[in-house]
Amino acid sequence: MGLNELSVERLSILLKKGEITPWDVVQDLKDAVERDRQSELPLNAYIDFQEEVISREIQQYEGGANSLYGTPIAIKDVINVIGTRTTCASRILSEYRSPYDATAITYLRTKGGIPAGKLNMDEFAMGSSNENSAFGVVRNPHDRRRIPGGSSGGAASAVAGDLAVAALGSDTGGSIRQPASMCGVFGIKPTYGRVSRCGLVAYASSFDQIGPVTKTVMDGALLLEAISGYDSKDSTSAQEPVPLYRLAVGRSVKNMKVGIPEEYFGEGLDEAVRGKVERGINILKEAGAQIKQIHLSYTKYAIATYYIIATAEASSNLARFDGIRYGTRFLETEDLIELYEENRSMGFGAEVKRRILLGTFALSSGYYDAYYLKAQKARTLISEDFKLAFREVDVILTPVSPVPAWTIGEMMDDPLQMYLADIYTVPVNLAGLPAASVPCGTVAGGLPVGVQLIAGQFREEDIFSTAGIIEREAQ
Amino acid sequence: MNYEAVIGLEIHVQLNTRTKCFCGCSTEYGAVPNSHTCPVCLGLPGALPVLNEEALRKGVIAGLSLNCEISNFTVFARKNYFYPDLPKAYQISQYALPINRKGFVAILDEQNEERKVGITRAHLEEDAGKLIHDENPRGPSYIDFNRCGVPLLEIVTEPDIRTPEESYRFLTAVKEILQYTGVSECNMEKGELRVDVNISLRNRGEEKFGVKQEIKNMNSFANVKKALEYEIKRQSRILKTGGSLRQETRLFDQMKNVTVAMRSKEEAHDYRYFPDPDLIPLVITNEFIEGVRAVLPELPEKKRERFISQYGLTRYDAEILCLSNKTARYFEEASGGYKNPKKMANWILSELLKELNQAKIEIDQFPVTPLMLKELFELMDSGEISGKIAKEVFSLMASSGKTAGEIVDEKGLRQLTDESHLLSLVEEVVEENHQAVSEYREGKLSVFGFLVGQVMKKTKGKANPHLVNELLKKKIEAC
Repeated sequence: MGLNELSVERLSILLKKGEITPWDVVQDLKDAVERDRQSELPLNAYIDFQEEVISREIQQYEGGANSLYGTPIAIKDVINVIGTRTTCASRILSEYRSPYDATAITYLRTKGGIPAGKLNMDEFAMGSSNENSAFGVVRNPHDRRRIPGGSSGGAASAVAGDLAVAALGSDTGGSIRQPASMCGVFGIKPTYGRVSRCGLVAYASSFDQIGPVTKTVMDGALLLEAISGYDSKDSTSAQEPVPLYRLAVGRSVKNMKVGIPEEYFGEGLDEAVRGKVERGINILKEAGAQIKQIHLSYTKYAIATYYIIATAEASSNLARFDGIRYGTRFLETEDLIELYEENRSMGFGAEVKRRILLGTFALSSGYYDAYYLKAQKARTLISEDFKLAFREVDVILTPVSPVPAWTIGEMMDDPLQMYLADIYTVPVNLAGLPAASVPCGTVAGGLPVGVQLIAGQFREEDIFSTAGIIEREAQ
Repeated sequence: MNYEAVIGLEIHVQLNTRTKCFCGCSTEYGAVPNSHTCPVCLGLPGALPVLNEEALRKGVIAGLSLNCEISNFTVFARKNYFYPDLPKAYQISQYALPINRKGFVAILDEQNEERKVGITRAHLEEDAGKLIHDENPRGPSYIDFNRCGVPLLEIVTEPDIRTPEESYRFLTAVKEILQYTGVSECNMEKGELRVDVNISLRNRGEEKFGVKQEIKNMNSFANVKKALEYEIKRQSRILKTGGSLRQETRLFDQMKNVTVAMRSKEEAHDYRYFPDPDLIPLVITNEFIEGVRAVLPELPEKKRERFISQYGLTRYDAEILCLSNKTARYFEEASGGYKNPKKMANWILSELLKELNQAKIEIDQFPVTPLMLKELFELMDSGEISGKIAKEVFSLMASSGKTAGEIVDEKGLRQLTDESHLLSLVEEVVEENHQAVSEYREGKLSVFGFLVGQVMKKTKGKANPHLVNELLKKKIEAC
């Protein structure tokens, strides 16, 4: 068994004892990445996996007492790491190098994590299938003709395919949970403000959060502990203390109240997926949790609300990419307007352009009240829905995606259908709550299905306890 | 037709802070291009703004001194537009919920009657970078981002101003207030104060506003006045001949003293303002506001009134002393505990200002501190030096930085008050000037002055003149 197949938990013990070094782990990872590259249908999970960069990272690692002891962690290419490209899987940033580390990377380093490789993704984290990448589609290791989910498709695919020990992804509307579900790995989006956004290239600032994608729930806890905490460089960062999440993993769920929202089990939910989610409910029930039916009645407005606010923010966040100060300049011209138009037309892919246009429209004079402002009101109602629910229950259990991984290309000409598939994940981002996807078996074709566990603000521990039980019992 | 102008102003002032509005870069003026930049003010991917508390404090000080209501809840918004000097392609500003609202500044109108000009809002925002174009029009352009992210306050008035002269007075009053309170240096050469004006004409007595013209980005009050004068002429000419105006943005050409059209309303930007999700809404507590109010410097008008009542100064003296907060402070420190503040004021307004003018320096660079000046006055009042000598001593203090005591001692300038010594000199003079003495005794009293002069000459002007008078009179009349 290669070291690339081990969990963070096991590796860090071996590294701590000195039985292996980070070089050994990276060697096995490199071999695995190389083998994959040679295969008929490569996963294409990495944008950059450069030996010399990773070697430099290992040389810089200073050792000492920490929780990760030199474990290499792959990073979604939307998070800035000094010395690597940060492309956001976009042509417009294909050669961009950041002069600074994201705060999550700084924190990861101090806990002994070693950034190792930049992961493929949907361009600027926009997409649910990882088909919108300037660096090619990513494949699902469980069925290489299928998508890995998105936008952290590279992260989920690499971790599931043992091309990474663990990864950091980002989640704006489900971008960690949905690919984790489709690839059969654990992924958690923490409470908004839990992890600093400084150095995370913004898609939709009021939703974006960095989070771990891991082989086990325990690994998720270890990584989240490492990257969480207040950062004075992010005004939306929370001052809440960071608990030892690892202590919550698999903790008894006896008498815990688990809410099942009716609105998440209606039309459109694949029957096989429903079966897996119900299995998750039963596991918790058998472990002593109380199952309660609840209502989240504004759920039906979540998709529209999310796609208005997220695209509005994106239209402004992505306006800085013009090829003037950095990034790719596709055209030399003396006309300023032409320079903007050409660089942005050539630099961005179709989905990114679609969202920029949607967002620009939503913010335009005369439409602002009808779209953006109304969406903000709906957002408040959706948050209130959750707040009321969490007066009665500790966690909410739902599906992650209405369907398992679909075939590459299948939904590309129906973006609206693809947006609708985010229905179970986006409400959580609208409310800023923590939520995870934990694997809960497979359906026909060996395709994994995850269940989503949602907790109250800064109650990630409730996710780790319930997720730990499901992980153990669903094997 | 008799037209009335309706004028509103938008003033951008640079807040006097050490670092930029949303990052830690220095606001130093004139540094090497792009030396005061970081990922935040360069708008690099992933960088986030964090509000500079000092900018907020200065914003609240400005609000209070412009008689505004300070918002307890204020929101930063993004103003989106593309331009190479704006690296994020949006400016962080304020829109729906500005920090300051509903204020006013009182000015004297042209009939010298007091009038309040309403302040609609005064909000915080960041400055953009600066484009530097090559002399060759086909040559390259450069961008200096040192100024990018520097904190600004945008002050917007109600359309309460009626004449170019009132605009000038209003701007002068606002500048004085902002300098006084330390909100801004308002150094116009450094671009720390820029003005946009809105002007429309209407028939006198009419309520409805005419078609508005905006003139952008003027950096001198004189230009504002000239631009407005030109616009009034231009617009009346059009209206008188039955023409109509369309809403436009214009620029003032200071070489030709005219305004020229820049863009029409139809070409105006849609800035797509929305709350900046990177900056959470700001709650400004009443404690914070009261804390700022408690240390708010006295405003110029209040100070002038106090100087008149407390120190018995004339309105004119008070106005000159209060032209700058530094001069006013100097006066107060020098006359603190001093019995004759009026005399102190006169000295500052004549002797001290003369020295400053000659040396071409500011009062805070002047080597004679208020306490040193007070010591000089004490020497004068105790009779140890005369008023005439004091002026000389003051000059020497200004050039050497030494104290009055040191100079008086060094130069031996203390007045001779030793009666026996003076008496012997008086006797000498009487001996040497028989002719004059006898003329005096015969009734020619005018020679007395000559005799006093002779005694003074022997003491090189250091004798106490009162004492000499007394001794001389006694001596001559006794014999």
